[in-house]
Amino acid sequence: MAIQDRLSGNEAVSIAMKQINPDVMPAFPITPSTEIPQYVSQFIANGEMDTVFIPVESEHSAMSACIGSQSAGGRTVTATSSCGLALMFEMLYVAASNRLPITMAVVNRALSGPININNDHSDSMGARDSGWLQIYAENAQEAYDNFFQCMRIGEHPAVQLPVMCCQDGFITSHAVERMELIETEKVKAFMGEYKPEHYLLNPDETLAVGPYDIPQYYMEHKKAQAVAMENAREAIMEVAKEFEAMTGRKYGMIEEYRMEDAELAMIIIGSSAGTAKEACDELRAAGVKAGVIKVRVFRPFPAEEIVAALKGVKAVAIMDKTESFSANGGPMGAEVKAAMFGKLNDVLVTNYIYGIGGRDVKVDDLKSVYDKLAEMVKTGKAPEHYQYLALRD
Amino acid sequence: MTDQNKMKNITIDNKWQDLTPGGMIFASGNSVEFRTGDWRTITPKMVWDKCKQCLLCAPMCPDSSIPVKDGKRLEFDYDHCKGCGICAKVCPFDAIVFGGEEE
Ligand code: SF4
Ligand code: SF4
Repeated sequence: MAIQDRLSGNEAVSIAMKQINPDVMPAFPITPSTEIPQYVSQFIANGEMDTVFIPVESEHSAMSACIGSQSAGGRTVTATSSCGLALMFEMLYVAASNRLPITMAVVNRALSGPININNDHSDSMGARDSGWLQIYAENAQEAYDNFFQCMRIGEHPAVQLPVMCCQDGFITSHAVERMELIETEKVKAFMGEYKPEHYLLNPDETLAVGPYDIPQYYMEHKKAQAVAMENAREAIMEVAKEFEAMTGRKYGMIEEYRMEDAELAMIIIGSSAGTAKEACDELRAAGVKAGVIKVRVFRPFPAEEIVAALKGVKAVAIMDKTESFSANGGPMGAEVKAAMFGKLNDVLVTNYIYGIGGRDVKVDDLKSVYDKLAEMVKTGKAPEHYQYLALRD
Repeated sequence: MTDQNKMKNITIDNKWQDLTPGGMIFASGNSVEFRTGDWRTITPKMVWDKCKQCLLCAPMCPDSSIPVKDGKRLEFDYDHCKGCGICAKVCPFDAIVFGGEEE
């Protein structure tokens, strides 16, 4: 029997870590992810897990220690947010290119400046091209469920890449929700032992990791890394299937909500997907054919899945909880439009920047986006420029 | 991934599929296989008549590219000599020509 509980996202992820009982956790505290290393330290002090916790002096060091311990052959986790993730930036690329399946809980928070501790996706979106997989949760249950899956996907022999398990700061990380935990024996069976093929502490094999790569090899190594990211698609579905068999909870690259006959669609990531579903329900009750596409996996990008889900849609709003300063819209706007190019040329598209720096995202705000989509369908015209939602102007 | 993961001799003829993940190297003491001599733009050359086998040059070479055997220096190891010119500078007998009319 699954265990019913009421937990915050940070508590849920910490319990996932406790149940996995990884070998090493190097971490440095930063709001709003601080509670994760704090809870894990408590579990260790109470003798509930025997993970080696490494208190480091910065996030750059946290990720460096993760790289060291994962190369040595240890299952390694960490947690961070915002500027902490930014400080890891150099080492994120090293972890990915050294093909080390580190699992990191990212509690999404705005990057400075101006200084802001609240939720948006500027931190992980800034690291979207670092070679890490990125899987986003809508709520605490998903943050918990995703954490196990993230680790399994990263460790998959065809993948061997690090994974960010993202949840929205405060909204998900600190709000307490009713949720289901999995029995620890089941978790242990699902996770299995981590048995890397090659690791530094193997006395039977001479090994050097992370060597200098001259121009004659760098491109070939990058290609292999890119193919590993492509392979992740299959691994994600394979692991999701196994997870569903264990828990009954189904996961995929995206989640389609009331999309069967939808004419107006919104593509959105994270906790606001829940708000979008509520807006969608209210509009459906009023006879509007609204639907939501929640992007669960951002890396690898679910281009095919999104295009397939958009079949029959007349207008779509792509929602970015970050400003990319490309002067051309947000990162998801760019990726979705690229995915649609040549395939869905008749769909009217608009791109919104919303909820950044913790700006509240209300049901009515998202309903206004569907109103805009309806107007686009009526006039047959999409706005030329990307827009800010609920901005004082 | 196959057993090329164990490969010890990686060359520029290997396709991307054949390279080890992340460029892992499954051998030790193999930097000798990396021909850093490619980087050289100026080449030191011996004038053997002038060489007194004083052996001042060999320990000064930062790339261990002046082999010594039975108390005598041998020809340069051009596979690894990076062409820094230190040997020519330290030779008290002008037995090493570095650049100039030779190049
Ligand atoms: S030029 Fe430099 S690297 Fe080459 S043999 Fe002389 S000291 Fe060594
Ligand atoms: S320093 Fe000059 S003379 Fe002495 S061993 Fe070297 S080349 Fe010969």
